[in-house]
Amino acid sequence: MSETELVSRPAPPSIWHMYRAMVGVGIVCGLLIVTAFQVTRPIIERNKAEALQKAIFHVLPNASTSATYRLDESGGFLVLEGKGVGAELVYAGYDDNHELMGLAVEAQGMGYQDVIGVIYGYSFAEEAIIGIQVLESKETPGLGDKIESDPEFLENFERLDVSLRDDLSEMANPIVPVRHGEKTHPWEVDGITGATISSVAIADILNRSAQYWMPRIRSHLSDFQGDFQGEE
Amino acid sequence: MAATSKSSTDEFIKGLWKENPVFVQVLGMCPVLAVSNTAMNALAMGLATAFVLIMSNIAVSSLRNFIPKQVRIATYILIIATFVTVVDYVIQAVSLDLYKALGAFISLIVVNCLILGRAEAFASKNTVARSVMDGLGMGIGFAFALFCLGAVREILGSGSLFGAQLFHDAFQDWVVMILPSGGFFTLAAWLLLFNWLEQRKERKAKSDEATTLALGKEAV
Repeated sequence: MSETELVSRPAPPSIWHMYRAMVGVGIVCGLLIVTAFQVTRPIIERNKAEALQKAIFHVLPNASTSATYRLDESGGFLVLEGKGVGAELVYAGYDDNHELMGLAVEAQGMGYQDVIGVIYGYSFAEEAIIGIQVLESKETPGLGDKIESDPEFLENFERLDVSLRDDLSEMANPIVPVRHGEKTHPWEVDGITGATISSVAIADILNRSAQYWMPRIRSHLSDFQGDFQGEE
Repeated sequence: MAATSKSSTDEFIKGLWKENPVFVQVLGMCPVLAVSNTAMNALAMGLATAFVLIMSNIAVSSLRNFIPKQVRIATYILIIATFVTVVDYVIQAVSLDLYKALGAFISLIVVNCLILGRAEAFASKNTVARSVMDGLGMGIGFAFALFCLGAVREILGSGSLFGAQLFHDAFQDWVVMILPSGGFFTLAAWLLLFNWLEQRKERKAKSDEATTLALGKEAV
């Protein structure tokens, strides 16, 4: 390289200039992100709580207030205090006279595309699932996403039997998926033609969740009938 | 410099039509195809991208003399990622349903080549005012293109627009239009239309030129 070329090339910036640009921009960007987070956090938390509350009342239509319970180490249920991060939660729904209407339980499992998250309502009186709402789903639009909207499929969950054996140790009949139009028992889920994997996934998610929760809930029924601070 | 010979209005208009980021430059195809299954999703993604584009253009053009060339790309990405994070929080605060529908594609605005492209090719060489006009034009052009795709796909795929049913119950939805392949079909149809309009304009310009020349010769 000739001397003339060296002289004509502009001098490279010092390391200080590069640090100044990167660190300076980084600090301002950091402040901006923290400010946006702090401003929007209470609104986002309120939105999430409202969405959950709406879902609880959707799956427990006779309830007007709800309370959150967590499963404690002894197998009983305690009213949740604080945020309950990492705790196993269920939501009890009560009517205007503070009568227990049922429980709402969240469950999730693998669908066709990704994880499907649902919340279902359990009625003590009917010993059945009486409502379901899909909270999270990326199933194929027009096919798999019928699990959220197909009226015939949703009829399965107006009274899906999850009764227990007499000793309350396990469910009398597991929830099983069947082909569309072949449902003969109240614990069967009538599938959707063209969305077989997604509808079977819903039945499996509910079966796994009910197998886990129903014996625990039924054997500690009295835990949900104490005093509570309900949310409307 | 060519850019300085153009007025700010030209900078704005070019992004809307002549250099439309989707229909002419074919940039940022990932969100264009992925979240244009309904008009609302498409418009929300278009507006979110437009906001990030305008804000990053402002920041990059303001700091263009402060950022050394060697670290410019890293700094631009830092600026773009910041505005994308802000948009992410704002959308969560506005509507959780919309946030769920747009999914990971909000975060992926960071790597939308349209935004980094405008920062590098335009904002880093122009004043704040011109960069704002460029960002506005390109941003609105991008949102408009996404809306065009989203509207067609929703109308044919679900028989509705912004959730309002347009047809009689007898209308059979074209489910393929809201599936990924429908995105490709619709984009191809729009590109065909844009290219046809462009070619027609060129042919008209040539025939006008030929007529003028012929008239000139006759006059001589």
